[in-house]
Amino acid sequence: MLIAVILGFIFALCVPFFTRFFKKTIPFVYSLLPLSLFIYFFQFLGKIKNQGHILFKYEWVPSIGIDLSFRLDGLSLLFALMITGIGALVFIYTIYYLKGHEYLDRFYGYLSMFMASMLGVVLSDNLMTMFIFWELTSISSYFLIGFNNEDPASRKSALTALSITGLGGLVMLSGIILLQAVGGSYSFTELLNSSEAIKDSSAYGWIISLLFVGAFTKSAQFPFHFWLPGAMKAPTPVSTYLHSATMVKAGIYLLARFTPLLGDTFWWNGTLVTVGAITMVYAAIHSVLRVDLKSILAYSTISALGILVFLIGIGTEKALLAAGIFILAHALYKAALFLITGIIDHETGSRDVTKLAGLQRVMMPVAIAGFLASLSSAGVPFLLGFISKEVMYEATLQFGDWAIILTALAVLTKILLLVAGFWAGIRPFTGNLPSEFEKAKLPSSLLWVPPLLLGILSLGFGAFPSLIGQSLIQPVFSSMSGTDTVVQLKLWHGFNLVLLLSIFTLVTGGVLFWFLKPSAELFQKTLRFELISPQNIIKGGSKMFGSFAGTWTRFFQNGYLRNYVITILAFLTLLMAYRLFWGVNIYIDWNQISPVSHYEIIVVALMIISILFAISTNSRTTSIVALGVIGFANCLFFLFYSAPDLAMTQFSIDSLTVLLFMLVLVKLPKNKSFSSNIMKFRDAMLSLLFGTLIAILTLVVFEEPSTTEVSKYFAENAYVLAKGRNVVNVILVDYRGFDTMVEIVVLVIAAVGVYSLMKLDLNPSKKEL
Amino acid sequence: MKSLIFKTASAYLLPLLLLFSIFILLRGHYLPGGGFVGGLMASIAFLVHSFAFGLKETQNIIKINPGFLMPIGLVLAVGAAIAPFFVDAPILTGLWFEGPFRFIGMVGSALFFDIGVYLVVIGATLTIMFSITDTV
Repeated sequence: MLIAVILGFIFALCVPFFTRFFKKTIPFVYSLLPLSLFIYFFQFLGKIKNQGHILFKYEWVPSIGIDLSFRLDGLSLLFALMITGIGALVFIYTIYYLKGHEYLDRFYGYLSMFMASMLGVVLSDNLMTMFIFWELTSISSYFLIGFNNEDPASRKSALTALSITGLGGLVMLSGIILLQAVGGSYSFTELLNSSEAIKDSSAYGWIISLLFVGAFTKSAQFPFHFWLPGAMKAPTPVSTYLHSATMVKAGIYLLARFTPLLGDTFWWNGTLVTVGAITMVYAAIHSVLRVDLKSILAYSTISALGILVFLIGIGTEKALLAAGIFILAHALYKAALFLITGIIDHETGSRDVTKLAGLQRVMMPVAIAGFLASLSSAGVPFLLGFISKEVMYEATLQFGDWAIILTALAVLTKILLLVAGFWAGIRPFTGNLPSEFEKAKLPSSLLWVPPLLLGILSLGFGAFPSLIGQSLIQPVFSSMSGTDTVVQLKLWHGFNLVLLLSIFTLVTGGVLFWFLKPSAELFQKTLRFELISPQNIIKGGSKMFGSFAGTWTRFFQNGYLRNYVITILAFLTLLMAYRLFWGVNIYIDWNQISPVSHYEIIVVALMIISILFAISTNSRTTSIVALGVIGFANCLFFLFYSAPDLAMTQFSIDSLTVLLFMLVLVKLPKNKSFSSNIMKFRDAMLSLLFGTLIAILTLVVFEEPSTTEVSKYFAENAYVLAKGRNVVNVILVDYRGFDTMVEIVVLVIAAVGVYSLMKLDLNPSKKEL
Repeated sequence: MKSLIFKTASAYLLPLLLLFSIFILLRGHYLPGGGFVGGLMASIAFLVHSFAFGLKETQNIIKINPGFLMPIGLVLAVGAAIAPFFVDAPILTGLWFEGPFRFIGMVGSALFFDIGVYLVVIGATLTIMFSITDTV
């Protein structure tokens, strides 16, 4: 199992090594990966049906409770099959779609990486591991969205997607940590046992809100939905795979996964139903206002994700069953629609739904796939979409007082989605072929077989629901609801209200499709509302933050060294003064002070004279030398009080500093302008304050006991353990050798930093000279 | 610097200071001194020389780019630190040769570690100083 999950990473890792010799064969070899994984997971169908779930455990970081354990149950198996199955089709489709692209090999690397991360998300039992894979999907999707890296818009969308989903992931991480703190384990299987305790704890509200942010950002729920339409800049196979079938469903997976653990409370259900309902209606309205095929599909995908959140929020057994079926139905028809859009785009070079028509004359198999997919999305009988829609209406109708409103919302969404689906799957394949597309022809079968296969599956599962009823949907339902109720998938539910609603949906949607023509003007009219869209509000916020940061930086980092010093000293003074204001404990025992000798008086006098020199002179050299004298005088004090090591080091450092100053300052022109008196006064006050505070601080330090256990131990054992008599040096090279090692590394980094800063020429005009 | 006295003096100071810095390095384990101070002193020696004769002249004497001393020193220090690993002791354990060597005294992994520090300090200080001098 571990190998199955990480195989994709291994494949991705191999790309750079193989690409030189096998560039041409990589797509074919890599397409075998999802195919074989699909077969591998397919074998588990029977086992899961009988056993419920299987756990695979591999130790990783046992000390903090993180392990690579994988839980295969109905839900994760469904996702794993979708990931590998649709993955296989997308891998094959891309062989032809991106044929001859310069970075095709890279693309397969990213795709394999993504597939592995996605498998990790849905299979991980340990929540920490799941989080890691979760973020890996964000990262690999960043590469995939930004695949056309020479297009600025594509780079920007990739960054938006990464920041939204990455941020959501981080919020989710805090939720997971909180969950562990309350439930006592990262393992989902173990947490299940303490479900009641978690629901009763005071942190429950926080846990679910944090997890919701993670799920909503990933699954593009309102108001975080806007990254998904932007992500359509990616090549179509990526949109198919990530942004309709798998990655965006990770949030849905998370919610479904946590339903038995955290679900069935007022806040859980209320939040999910509200957010889901807003998203599905909002996005459904948007989807019929677009004219670009991919935009239409993007918004209808958001709407479908909203439906899923909504269904999970309703949380009854029927609703969860509906969600389970809809996950599969949606993956099948939406992936097909995306792939068809890709073919149309590839062959005609246009995705404008107002222009496309009559393509059935040149690419019949694609048209059949399109019809099947959009009929499934509309919920026409004998297709899988029909069953999911029936069960969904049943679920909303059973929801107590709110049944009418929820059902109405669901019907409205379904009607609009039907129109959007027909536009994407049927409209391009009806009517007469416009002259501009006459050159279009049926592409290689690598392109049209995958969507056709998906369409046929929609039809097969819809017409014979028993194919999946017991083997797949039953385990999915059991793992989502945590109960053993037996599900029955039927095509014919009898003549009842649900069927009437279905017929109403189909008829209204059909009529709407007939009369409502997609038009660019309609879309233009909505643009005025863009100002208050969440996307603009968040964009505006980040822009304001950027300009604030700019002003702030320009104010403090103004390039004048003297101002930096003043800022730093003033801040330190304030900080220390604030601390000392709250009381300071200084105690000087005048009796303990050693007698002042005459040479100490001489040294202090020397220091005072040099200070006066340093601040009164007009010459740089004099002030540098005077400062050097102060430093050396300081060293003498170290010597008087028996710290020869310190004195020696200080001597060397001081000499170096003086030398460095001389080297640099000697070459500067003579001082011309001097500080005004006010500035001098300001600087003097600041220096006095700072000096006083440092003096007080030094006295405070004396309050600490000067001999501690550690220093005694060091002194006693220096020779015994480390064979050295110089304790200072023994500390440096032995006791705390690790510190020293890191310090010299820091030293090297500093040297390299100075070197590169000095040699770096950022002024291009100089270079030309 | 045009002063003749300074020039003549620094020509003799260089070898003297370098010898002294090595002396400081070696005695470090028993008496005040050590790799860090030794390294600083050696850098001062070169810096004083460059002050008197110019950067070019000093670089000619050192022959190699002082920057290369940094990786050499790092390798020595890290090597001394992980050497105990190969005799099944925790890393950074002091390993010692039996009996003292002539002039140097006891030799152990700590000495190599200190030599590493010495080289890194010389390399880093001179790289910083020379690049600043070179640019200004």
